[in-house]
Amino acid sequence: MSTLIKFTIDGVECMAEAGTYIVEAARENGIYIPTLCNIRGVKPRGSCRICSVKVNGRPMTSCTTPVADGMEIENNTPEINDIRKAIIEALFVEGNHFCPACEKSGCCELQALAYRFKMMVPRFPYNFPRKEVDASSPKLIKDHNRCILCKRCIRAIKTEDGKNVFAFVKRGRNVRIIMDPVLGEQMSDELAQKAVEICPVGALLPREKGYQTPIGKRKYDLEPIGSDIEKK
Amino acid sequence: MAMQLENIIEKYNKDKTRLMDILIDVQSEEGYISEDAIKKIAGELDISLADVKQTMSFYHFFSDKPTGKYTVYLNDSVVAYMMGRQKVKEAFEKETGIKFGEVTPDGLIGLFDTSCIGMNDQEPAALINGKVFTDLTPFRVKEIIQDIRDGKNIEEMYRSDLGEGENRNELVRSVVRNNIRRIGPVLSKDYIPGRVIKEKLTSMTPEEVIHEIKKSNIRGRGGAGFPTGLKWEFCRKAKGEKKYIFCNADEGEPGTFKDRVILTERPKLLFEGMVIAGYAVGATEGIVYIRYEYMYLKKYLESILQGARDRNLLGKNIGGIEGFNFDIRLQFGAGAYVCGEESALIESAEGKRGEPRDRPPFPVEKGYLDQPTVVNNVETLCSAVKILLNGGEWYTTLGTANSTGTKVLSISGDCRYPGVYEVEWGFSVKDILEMTGADQEDVQAVQVGGPSGTLIGPKEFNRLLCYHDLATGGSLIIIGKQHNLLKDIVTNFTQFFINESCGSCSTCRNITFQMKEKLEKILDGKGIEKDIDDLVEWGKILKVSRCGLGQTSANPIVTSIRNFRHLYDELVAGDKDFESEFDLSEAVKASCDATGRIPVLN
Ligand SMILES: Cc1cc2nc3c(=O)[nH]c(=O)nc-3n(C[C@H](O)[C@H](O)[C@H](O)COP(=O)(O)O)c2cc1C
Ligand code: SF4
Ligand code: SF4
Ligand code: FES
Repeated sequence: MSTLIKFTIDGVECMAEAGTYIVEAARENGIYIPTLCNIRGVKPRGSCRICSVKVNGRPMTSCTTPVADGMEIENNTPEINDIRKAIIEALFVEGNHFCPACEKSGCCELQALAYRFKMMVPRFPYNFPRKEVDASSPKLIKDHNRCILCKRCIRAIKTEDGKNVFAFVKRGRNVRIIMDPVLGEQMSDELAQKAVEICPVGALLPREKGYQTPIGKRKYDLEPIGSDIEKK
Repeated sequence: MAMQLENIIEKYNKDKTRLMDILIDVQSEEGYISEDAIKKIAGELDISLADVKQTMSFYHFFSDKPTGKYTVYLNDSVVAYMMGRQKVKEAFEKETGIKFGEVTPDGLIGLFDTSCIGMNDQEPAALINGKVFTDLTPFRVKEIIQDIRDGKNIEEMYRSDLGEGENRNELVRSVVRNNIRRIGPVLSKDYIPGRVIKEKLTSMTPEEVIHEIKKSNIRGRGGAGFPTGLKWEFCRKAKGEKKYIFCNADEGEPGTFKDRVILTERPKLLFEGMVIAGYAVGATEGIVYIRYEYMYLKKYLESILQGARDRNLLGKNIGGIEGFNFDIRLQFGAGAYVCGEESALIESAEGKRGEPRDRPPFPVEKGYLDQPTVVNNVETLCSAVKILLNGGEWYTTLGTANSTGTKVLSISGDCRYPGVYEVEWGFSVKDILEMTGADQEDVQAVQVGGPSGTLIGPKEFNRLLCYHDLATGGSLIIIGKQHNLLKDIVTNFTQFFINESCGSCSTCRNITFQMKEKLEKILDGKGIEKDIDDLVEWGKILKVSRCGLGQTSANPIVTSIRNFRHLYDELVAGDKDFESEFDLSEAVKASCDATGRIPVLN
């Protein structure tokens, strides 16, 4: 039995099934809320904070908060959009993103969001941190310069018996993604491919493959991120 | 070693939710956690190596390298610096010949910094092999290092008498002092353990208990101030196979130490409060999550628990109430301030990284092991006992109309009598200064509520401590005029939040750091007016962080700009609006030297 409830996003009346996460509910109503760490169908973990909206005046992440009857949601406001832009800018300066040389350029969600939010130059000074590129795994290349620590790989890539292949180590500004040395090596090619696809940026790359789709013809080269939802 | 490790893992039934306990035991047995141990633990618990590492590397007191036969953790908090930490640190480095973060080549001594250890009223203080050393001076450091070289055991290195009260207990034997300076319902000695269970609980229904707590209007004393009666009611009504009561004794907010004193002097009151909460919500298990820094109280607290079991105040059919079973265990942390956040605390108790959860669902619906869970502060639970004893009505006669009851304050910094004071809500900051013998002429600011609270100046000293004005978890740091507010206080607090962020939210991980860099630019004399405005604006980005840590981590900077704007204005060049951190003459100096040119710079 499904129960439809009513709520508003920026004053527009919407309907969705009770318990649906706000991002999904918005999508069903043709409204795009930007996301970065969220993956449809996998338990959400509000890490990137870019999907933040105001629910009845309070900041909440729309990927983790279910809609409830009568909710008043603010999404597309100058205040919220500026925070989202700041989050993107901060992610750019936290790593080293040289887009023109990146295999993921054009398919990268971070880059696509930067275009969508019209980022020119970050408001924060570049940090140029020293980060490593780890090519020790037989399956994947892990480029920490590009990792935005969204945890998608941790949440979506598990062994058949449910063990974690990826994990976070340390905390605060020292957090880093690691791959389990044993399970990472035993990973099937399909799982490795899935990891590459799940990564929103060019931090997980396949070995000995690349640039198969020419730049200019890639996903977000053709249409801006979010436009598929808004077209509906 | 292999044998011991097996025993440790066996002791916790190969239960992966007890990973914290396993790691704590290995760390304390071996002095570090080796790659081999990690492999063994992962294998026995049937989790991945990466899983063990992600928990282990989160906590400050776990190490993958030996940390020295004698491991010194010197408190890094603001008040430690105010009381002379720098000289003490230098003395440690001079006497050992190593820097902080290193271990002597012979493996004898390791020196490390650590966030506030809850001893602000007796700083500078350090933990050495888990025992607390207070009131350190360079002279004491010399003695300590000599004693270590002479191979003395920790207690032989104490040069003062043991502290008062239960600090002298055979199972504690600590030089820590309680400094209880004002008592009230929580701290007073007129408490008969078990009386409320036997005389009140036996004739009350759980609903009546909740009703009484609601009537008292008590709100949580851990900082967030959520009405306690309501929390218990939510949990009582939530569906679950089993329910849990957690006592939050993580006490990591720098400048807070009152829970340490309650744990030392009134643990029976606390445990009775947990039993009452358990009865009210229908829980069968209580867990006290205690910060690692208070490990020196472990044996003592365990003996008190055993005593309660022996007297039927814990265990089966407690106090003769048929079918009411409840027991309590201790869960230690391993050095992470964020674990004081209630959902991070639960994650940690489940053997994971102390990362706060996304809410909803709230712990009262889905907490420890996904079961309904109440998390309450030490002081809240203690107060509940007195509320049941004297009635909710009585409690409302204490404090103010909207903030009922008393608050146990931890007061430190530049005052004559630092320590623990139990006061009714409604005291003004001025009252506090007078009460603690601070020289008001010499006080430039008071930090109310720890780093996540507010920095106020003399103009606001008539403000009141209560939920409607200055709400506080209880820490007040009095700051004299001799300190540089921005350099000594605000920078230290901001760095604390950077160190203690769990790193999950992009905002908390990045923005606090960016703000600190900008603050330092201003302190270096390179700031412009716009930098101050930027700081205020950037502070707003942090509001979309997941937990209170990130949401308040801009407070030291933002509240100091609000209340001490002149200190910032004095540092920035008012007449410039361009990017001033770039020094053109410096940047072109090398090439000018090489080519022999003289640049025209203006
Ligand atoms: C970063 C952070 C640290 C916290 N530390 C503590 C703490 O050490 N002790 C505590 O009781 N509450 C702490 N809290 C508040 C808890 O999340 C929670 O609100 C409290 O334990 C609930 O108990 P109460 O209702 O009795 O206050 C902290 C919150 C945050 C965000
Ligand atoms: S490697 Fe990719 S998927 Fe994994 S955390 Fe980094 S950016 Fe996210
Ligand atoms: S706000 Fe900071 S400490 Fe809290 S969950 Fe986010 S990253 Fe972790
Ligand atoms: S998409 Fe919601 S927090 Fe990242």
